[in-house]
Amino acid sequence: MQTNPADASRAGSPTRPGRAGWGLIALTYVSSALILAMPLVLIVTMAFRNGLDAYLANILAPDTLHAIFLTVLTAIVVVPINIVFGVCAAWLVTRYDFPGKRLLITIIEIPFSISPIVAGVIYLFLYGGQGLLGPVLADNGIKIMFTVWAIFLVSLFVTSPFVARELIPLMQQQGGEDEEAALSLGANGFQIFWNVTLPNIKWALLYGALLCNARVIGEFGAVSVVSGAIRGQTNTLPLQIELLFNDFNVSGAFAAASTLAALAVLTIVLKAALERVGATGRR
Amino acid sequence: MPSLKGAYLKRSIFAAALTLALGVSQAWAQPTDILNVSYDVSRELFEAVNAKFIPSYKASAGVDVTVNQSHAGSSKQAGLVLEGLAADVVTFNQVTDIETLAGKQFVATDWQSKYPNSASPFYSLPAFLVREGNPKGIVSWADLAKDGVGIVIPNPKTSGNGRYTYLAARAWAQEEFAGDEAKIEDYLKKVFANVKVFDTGGRQATTTFVENKIGDVLITFETEVLGTVKAVGDDQYDAVTPPVSLLAEFPVAVVDKVVDERGTRPIAEAYLNYLYTPEGQDIIGSFYNRVNDAAAVEKYKAQFPEVRLIKVEDAFGGWAKVKAEHFAEGGLLDKVLPNL
Repeated sequence: MQTNPADASRAGSPTRPGRAGWGLIALTYVSSALILAMPLVLIVTMAFRNGLDAYLANILAPDTLHAIFLTVLTAIVVVPINIVFGVCAAWLVTRYDFPGKRLLITIIEIPFSISPIVAGVIYLFLYGGQGLLGPVLADNGIKIMFTVWAIFLVSLFVTSPFVARELIPLMQQQGGEDEEAALSLGANGFQIFWNVTLPNIKWALLYGALLCNARVIGEFGAVSVVSGAIRGQTNTLPLQIELLFNDFNVSGAFAAASTLAALAVLTIVLKAALERVGATGRR
Repeated sequence: MPSLKGAYLKRSIFAAALTLALGVSQAWAQPTDILNVSYDVSRELFEAVNAKFIPSYKASAGVDVTVNQSHAGSSKQAGLVLEGLAADVVTFNQVTDIETLAGKQFVATDWQSKYPNSASPFYSLPAFLVREGNPKGIVSWADLAKDGVGIVIPNPKTSGNGRYTYLAARAWAQEEFAGDEAKIEDYLKKVFANVKVFDTGGRQATTTFVENKIGDVLITFETEVLGTVKAVGDDQYDAVTPPVSLLAEFPVAVVDKVVDERGTRPIAEAYLNYLYTPEGQDIIGSFYNRVNDAAAVEKYKAQFPEVRLIKVEDAFGGWAKVKAEHFAEGGLLDKVLPNL
């Protein structure tokens, strides 16, 4: 479960740090600067090193523009599906008892522990032309590998636990009393979900969706296996960055990286805002 | 039970949907785009070729076409085509990679007879890129086995480029040590022990050498060596063409299985034929590939140093033998590679 920074500061009264404390604080700042801040600054300076016009030209290059489009499209397809899946899964495991429940929870978490590149290879073995299902699908004119469908599929796989992971602990903690009360008052399933469950979980749901979105946008390993790297067709933004870098187009690579970084920063800002609103909203 | 009328309605909706779907796929069956799946370091070359091929095809056939590109290690690309990467044409750097496709009926078995020069519109050879002034004095294959020489090459397991390096070093050693297998193996072991990084594709190896500044010598195709010197400047790197190297032919083929399915054979064949035209050969030569067209040979001869090229057929008895003896699991290559 996530802890809220606002709660933490209320919990104990802060004391002034001692010498060791200052040392740790300094260490934190220095390492944050080296590990987090400087790379970000570098991305921006490298992206703009040939001026704004060159930057815009790099971003508007057709292949990079297509990569941005494909990345956003992937997020638009994947995130809603994972929201529905996550809510269903969380509802199932927190509101019902059935044999194999623990197993189901473990299965939901598998994508977390599997390296994305393995996920990509699994899909290749399954849907590839020499794979298990690939030849059957190909005979029926269905092509998945090296198309956007493969990119959607692996992205779905890699990010499927995010929403469920956020919801399950919360819904376990909240328990089912509210829903039982609604049921006893004659509400139907949809009414219970819409008027009782959803308001209770909405912040965690949004938070999970945001994390899912961030991961979809940044996914490299799994997508690189199933993309086929067709320029201007199946390159997502992270793949496009690598491609530009290997093309010796360093400023183009950094320009593309800056858009990815901007999306990440936007996610962080939204996440912080959500935590704030969520904290007041819950009370 | 549904009424008869309802069932009929359902069936006609289904039929309509099917017609629509088929109609759409029919529309897709006459596409004007082709995909060229190629090796790693040919990125800039085919970008330039495509830019000229498109107006040329428009002029001759009256159709606007799109040529898409995908680049990675040649052998990896062959694997992806087998897995379903819908290449209309393949432009690889190694005969065996197209043979892989021919073995699975993706390409006609007589593909080498369909275009001139055994279906290789251009050729190159493994050469060296060294740091400015050549501080380690690397001028021939013998120098690669010296202590303290850091080598960068693409992985011979995934890259045709890397395989040529292995074969060129071996071809040189076979002559140097008069076929003494123990000495040849000892030499190759020393060379591969000096390799700092095995990248999956040729371009990644260049990036490792140029951007990450790893190693003293990059071994890659002459076209990539000269192209890199031009791209990053001759004040930082020197190109070294060894006196002896291996002929690296870059074979091309139409992927019959894909073009017959998509109906793109005319475009695909025109594309490969274009590579042999004087215009195509000129572009290819301008990217430091050696070509056969007389005018292009004359125009670009100043950029290519003299070199004696050994043929795979002469040194190793052909690609089929090379594949079985050297590159098969547990073959001669595995014997000299360090345990990774």
